[in-house]
Amino acid sequence: MTIHPSRYHHLLPEVVQMLDAPDFFTRAKSIATRFSYAEAVLELAEHNPRIVVLDADVSKSINTNKFADKYPDREFNFGIAEQNMMAAAAGMATTGLIPFASLYAVFASMRALDQVRNSIHYPHLNVKIAASHSGITPGPDGVTHQAQEDLSIMRSLATSTVIATADGPSTKLATYAAADWDGPVYLSFTRDPVPVLFDMNYPFQIGKMVTLRDGADATIIANRDIVAHALVAAEKLAQEGLDIRVIDCHTVKPLDVDVILQAARETGAIVTAENNIIFGGLGSAIAETLVENYPIPMQRIGVQDTFAESGPYLQVIDKYGLTSPHIIKAVRQVIARKK
Amino acid sequence: MIDQIQMQVLDNKSSVPELEQMARQIRRDIIDMIYTAKAGHPGGSLSAADILTALYFRIMRIDPKNPKWEDRDRFILSKGHACPVWYATLANRRYFDRAHLKTLRKLNSILQGHADMKKTPGVDMTVGSLGQGFSAGIGMALAARYLKKGFHVWVMIGDGEMQEGAIWEAAMSGAKWKLDNLTAVLDKNGLQNDTFIEKVMPIEPVADKWRAFGWRVIEIDGHNMTQIVDALELVLTIKGVPTIIIANTVKGKGVSFMENQPEWHGKAPNAEQYRQAMQELGGVAQ
Repeated sequence: MTIHPSRYHHLLPEVVQMLDAPDFFTRAKSIATRFSYAEAVLELAEHNPRIVVLDADVSKSINTNKFADKYPDREFNFGIAEQNMMAAAAGMATTGLIPFASLYAVFASMRALDQVRNSIHYPHLNVKIAASHSGITPGPDGVTHQAQEDLSIMRSLATSTVIATADGPSTKLATYAAADWDGPVYLSFTRDPVPVLFDMNYPFQIGKMVTLRDGADATIIANRDIVAHALVAAEKLAQEGLDIRVIDCHTVKPLDVDVILQAARETGAIVTAENNIIFGGLGSAIAETLVENYPIPMQRIGVQDTFAESGPYLQVIDKYGLTSPHIIKAVRQVIARKK
Repeated sequence: MIDQIQMQVLDNKSSVPELEQMARQIRRDIIDMIYTAKAGHPGGSLSAADILTALYFRIMRIDPKNPKWEDRDRFILSKGHACPVWYATLANRRYFDRAHLKTLRKLNSILQGHADMKKTPGVDMTVGSLGQGFSAGIGMALAARYLKKGFHVWVMIGDGEMQEGAIWEAAMSGAKWKLDNLTAVLDKNGLQNDTFIEKVMPIEPVADKWRAFGWRVIEIDGHNMTQIVDALELVLTIKGVPTIIIANTVKGKGVSFMENQPEWHGKAPNAEQYRQAMQELGGVAQ
């Protein structure tokens, strides 16, 4: 049809070819990013004896049970006791170890938040928080396990580094980068499989956004599982003659301000798209930056002021307004406001 | 290098009378600091003074000139609001100049209202939010085992702090991993912020609870220096199980009008009270 491969960057060629397919999300090769994390931490351990894994009775869900099998003296299963686990991770980090605390995002960002703030971030200890089931990525599990606030909460902690990668390979690269990063890092993963968009040459750097599609009429800044939906939206809009830039903002904090402002100047309108509540996450971060530096029409796609519900992942995020039709509508609206 | 450090450690085996004298000095410093700061927690600092003295001046393998020595024993004051006793102990142990004690809770001070490991030499863990220091100690003890290091981790918890659920999460994990390189010391002074623990939220039977959680329990008089030293030395010989020393203490110990009085959990003495307290502790008001 009208796909222009040269507009796209870093995407697998087969992904670009499929972006306009109505069954893209069922056809694309997909992997839950929690499993990519588990693979990456296993690889890291081989070369770095300081890396240890802490589990909270979800090692079979995150796949860190493979780490436990291979390195029984380097994996510590704390059971269903996330508060103890997070402060213990802090204690381990004081000795020079690099603990990867693996748990669900609701518990990492909420139940154990006091420990994450006071024992990890305040003393800036080198703990990596590996949070699966982030956002509404656990569809069927329902609201208690849908961490639709985790990025907002983690972003509000002083000195925090908050990452929400779009696919498997970029999640592995983020895990490697987190191990080399000095200080706490919050890595968030999807429970459900999401399309593999990139390969291991993806230029992942903490704090650096990546432009995935060139565009001049508006910019969609997305992260985690919504990046794929943003790409699908941009391709649909391209077929209407609109040229939409798409940026992967995998690092919610620290924010890549230069790339945001460049997109604002060059495209004049921005839509943010995230699987997170609209308060305090990616959309808020971009809005704060624009308001203070270069106000332009902007709209936020994200979970509104509501809790979601159980259901198949793609159906839930569609009902709660996070998929490409919603993004397309928002893009048309911001472009209309430019005039 | 290691030999030199070992020598310094051996040099510091203070006798019981020397420890008792140092504990009085530390109590005077606590009162002085809190009076100067016009805020702080005297009651729980005074109840813990004898135990911290014994740890830092007799038991722990430490090098105040090298506070980040990898193989040092660790101490964590999980009841972090009692940090004046920690600061006074560290200052007397020459981790930093005594002049800092006058800066407690003041702007730009190395001595924060609750202890900050990044600001105060000798503070092994940032504490203040109750329940967390104990868990951090569990992490340090696990790390020591994995790294094949011989250091011992001492954690002091408060009896009010036992109301925190996370304390029991940590207790389970200490027993699971048979952490004989970690010892909890319970400063059991019977009071908490609002009033007597028995009134706010009873915690008894304390010893039975810890035994049920898989811990070896040793009960002592937390103000009897001989009992303290004996217990601290004994636990270093116990293998295969974590130990808790339940130290029965008196909140505000050493200052008659503060002893066992809920109101002295978190307030500073006035000028008259300060003079009297210093006199009772064998010192002079400055």
